[in-house]
Amino acid sequence: MLAAHVLLAAATLVIVFPMLYAVQVSTLEFQDVFVFPPKLLPGGAFADNLRRAWEKVHLGRLLANSAGIAVVVALGKICLSVMAAFAFTYFRDFPGKTLLFLAILATHMLPLPVRIVPTFQLMHDFGWVNSYQALTVPFFASATGTLLFRQFFLTIPPALSEAARVDGAGPLRFLVRILLPLSVNNLAALFLVEFLYMWNEYLWPLIVTTSDEMRVVQIGIKMLVATDAQAEWNLIMAGVVAAMVPPLVVLLALQRSFVGSISLGQEK
Amino acid sequence: MRRTVFANRWLPYLLVLPQVLVTVVFFFWPAAKSFYLSVFKSPPFGGRDIFVGLDNFTALLTTSDYYDSVVSSFVFAGGVTGLSVVGGLVVAALANQKIRGLTLYRTALLWPYGIAPAIAGIIFLFIFHPAYGILPYFFSFVTAYEFNWLLRGWIAMALVITATAWTHLGYNIAFFLAGLQAIPTSVVEAASVDGAGPVRRFTAIVLPLISPVTFYLVVVNMVFAFFGSFGVIHAVTLGGPGHATEIMVYKLWKDGFIGLDLGSSAAQSVILMAVVIGLTVLQFRFAEKKVTY
Repeated sequence: MLAAHVLLAAATLVIVFPMLYAVQVSTLEFQDVFVFPPKLLPGGAFADNLRRAWEKVHLGRLLANSAGIAVVVALGKICLSVMAAFAFTYFRDFPGKTLLFLAILATHMLPLPVRIVPTFQLMHDFGWVNSYQALTVPFFASATGTLLFRQFFLTIPPALSEAARVDGAGPLRFLVRILLPLSVNNLAALFLVEFLYMWNEYLWPLIVTTSDEMRVVQIGIKMLVATDAQAEWNLIMAGVVAAMVPPLVVLLALQRSFVGSISLGQEK
Repeated sequence: MRRTVFANRWLPYLLVLPQVLVTVVFFFWPAAKSFYLSVFKSPPFGGRDIFVGLDNFTALLTTSDYYDSVVSSFVFAGGVTGLSVVGGLVVAALANQKIRGLTLYRTALLWPYGIAPAIAGIIFLFIFHPAYGILPYFFSFVTAYEFNWLLRGWIAMALVITATAWTHLGYNIAFFLAGLQAIPTSVVEAASVDGAGPVRRFTAIVLPLISPVTFYLVVVNMVFAFFGSFGVIHAVTLGGPGHATEIMVYKLWKDGFIGLDLGSSAAQSVILMAVVIGLTVLQFRFAEKKVTY
């Protein structure tokens, strides 16, 4: 029992080590980064490092871009997939229903790299290059979300929608007043997954943005690494720490719903 | 059980419309155009596309560069998936016990899921740094072998695999934990009463029971590694040293957006489409068979 506990503690330490290490390096003075054996205690230069990294690549702007894009895409995906899933579960069969459902699922098989050049050309034709539309709108479709909400709606007792109809509530009223409040956990779990998905997106922002103020934070950090002959790793790690905070906050806030949605999915 | 339905004729179409619009405009149309471009040669600075048949494909399949990138992709995806799925299972098994402070452990173990692969890559870039990194530093005590990723392709590959696998760990642990907790304790206890030790209980009972989760995670991690790993390569190795870490998505971007060879880039997209379709078919095949029971 004790051995198992020790093993778990050791494994956890190994897993969180890279993060702790990044934090530690971000607190060091420049000359202390390259000392051997490596310094294990944090220094006091974090604020200064962060300020300098902040000024060097406009970190504030980049963080706002990343967070804004991730929130808008997550919400966009949620809205569109809730609407579609609602249409697929709560209406009398309509012509083309199966075809439309399969079409949405098929997006799952078309990740960005398989359509990258034409999608970029499309942005060019739309005049969207280097715009926030280009960074968000093409991501609004979600096979995962549509499937998730359809599965969830199917588990809700039909008596609910029957009661709503008898009471004279229309479909949209039923969706907003009854279905959405019941879906809070799924909404939160999907928000987390899609927020992280978009926060991690690197290829698309790289090719579709052309000016520094439209960049996302990861590319800014990469620029910190690449620009200097002598990379200042204490500054880079300060940037890394800043870039780790927003997704971790979202993760911590919503992890309960995320973990809950996994266990629900496995009980079927 | 019949589902109560609303009778509106046009409303369902209106509800599906936005998503279908995005799907057609940003997914189907560009995907179809990938096919179109793959059989043309497009002058980079404008002008008419020239039909070249399968030339773009034969050009790819007859150069060793492309084969190298295919091999690198499979090594990379296989390494990431192996490391993060096996590692995730081991850690989840350790965390699936009744001990104090378990919620704290579980929160900490989920953290890497919140870290972007490119950012993870940069942290590991420093850990692997030939001059200042702690990993080469510790290796220098054990061996004289020069642990320098800039010189040795396999170390560069190990670097990007480790960084990527690390970011996948949190997700995998969460899924394995849920799977392990869904196993009724009575089943494991029965085996225990029958005299099976912990290792035997794990391999004979637990492993088969969670095989659907394992299989799901293998496919998801493969897809992530194949299609979502451009960032870690671009931020850390730029495909190097040489072409050692030039995975397919990286080469596709380089040929299309740096080399401006749109035809070749589109042909590579079409080949990648075959990979993703293969992985999806695999997923559905096994999902139907349920793998275990």
